[in-house]
Amino acid sequence: MRIAMTINGRREEHDVEPRTLLVHFVREACVLTGTKVGCDTSSCGACTVLVDGESVKSCTMLAAQADGAAITTIEGLAAADGTLHPMQAAFQENHGLQCGFCTAGMVMASVSLIEEQPSPTERDVRLGLEGNLCRCTGYHNIVKSVLVAAEAARQ
Amino acid sequence: MIPAPFDYIRAGSADEALALITEHGDEAKFIAGGMSLLPLMKLRLATPTVIVDVGRLRELSYVRVDGGTVAIGALTRHRDLETDALLGEHCGVLQAVAAQVGDNQVRHRGTIGGSVAHGDPASDLPAALLALDAEFVVRGPGGERTIPSSEFFLGFLETALAPDELLVEVRVAATGRNGFSYQKFNRRAQDWAIVGALAVRGITATRVALVNMGSTPLRASAVEQALASGASVADAAAQADAGTEPVGDLNASVEYRRHLARVLVRRALEAAV
Repeated sequence: MRIAMTINGRREEHDVEPRTLLVHFVREACVLTGTKVGCDTSSCGACTVLVDGESVKSCTMLAAQADGAAITTIEGLAAADGTLHPMQAAFQENHGLQCGFCTAGMVMASVSLIEEQPSPTERDVRLGLEGNLCRCTGYHNIVKSVLVAAEAARQ
Repeated sequence: MIPAPFDYIRAGSADEALALITEHGDEAKFIAGGMSLLPLMKLRLATPTVIVDVGRLRELSYVRVDGGTVAIGALTRHRDLETDALLGEHCGVLQAVAAQVGDNQVRHRGTIGGSVAHGDPASDLPAALLALDAEFVVRGPGGERTIPSSEFFLGFLETALAPDELLVEVRVAATGRNGFSYQKFNRRAQDWAIVGALAVRGITATRVALVNMGSTPLRASAVEQALASGASVADAAAQADAGTEPVGDLNASVEYRRHLARVLVRRALEAAV
């Protein structure tokens, strides 16, 4: 079947099998490999992307279900001149990553979280990121990064 | 993990969805958010050959209050329930339970109707709706019928919904801001409940439901009866596992689940004021 969606502002139209998962559409058809496949069972959140502005686990959504949607992946956050998105900058400045495998998903989930809860407490951030696992257990600095980014966004 | 091959058809209306499911027969399945169905398909525990996508039927996404009844469209997402001011005012308990389903990403996709139709005893909303004596409005080839929640959950992932019927609405009596407490016990934040207990206070009676204590969501009838005859919270909660048949798994043995049910029902009753 032929499906089309906007990914990071760019139209992507491809022929896919109906069973193609959104994460495979993004990684293989669109060659945007910043989005990772982690657990592949919608537990870990490494595959989190934004679908019409909301965080979704792209390993548990059919590409066909996203036909016509606007998708944002980690590649779409920074400005055209390379300036990092405030959430990316906060992760970098606060050492919000260790091995980096969960990072794209963490950042995307955090962008969605701050959109919905502009003034989160530390507890809000921990609850809001419950769908994202960091196997390095680097949660402390991840939470700190999100709080810093939220603070920056409010100013 | 990739699902087995299937044909995908997106329905433009509820009537079209019903016509499609009738046309394609038993091998066809509705998909809404897909939060329950897609994992099963990826593990090939479910292998429908036709998927009818009802996820975009906005006509079935709403919360309405009419007199003392709260009507919720089957395709209302958990996220919508979590943020709907009307629901918070008229049925705060359902809002609080919806906010505990899965995680943010799951709540952005999953729907109340999908959760009910899946009929998982470990899910939060089916048990909550059982406690609230919900009614489920389903539409099929012969028109609409209403199924009481007490007659809906028949077995593990088995409901009274016929393969050619679509759940269209969930109805509950408004509880206003009556006291309630949902105690969900799990090991990782986003997981299904190992055991869950919900207590809802009412003017005349307290209703108690159990998550993951058998093949279906359950009412803790012995607890409700004990409370109705004046038993203390501690004495009533001691009967929380009466009549249940929980299974043991990697997370908990049968005895541990029974213990959790008694403890969580006591906590829920103490907190629901």
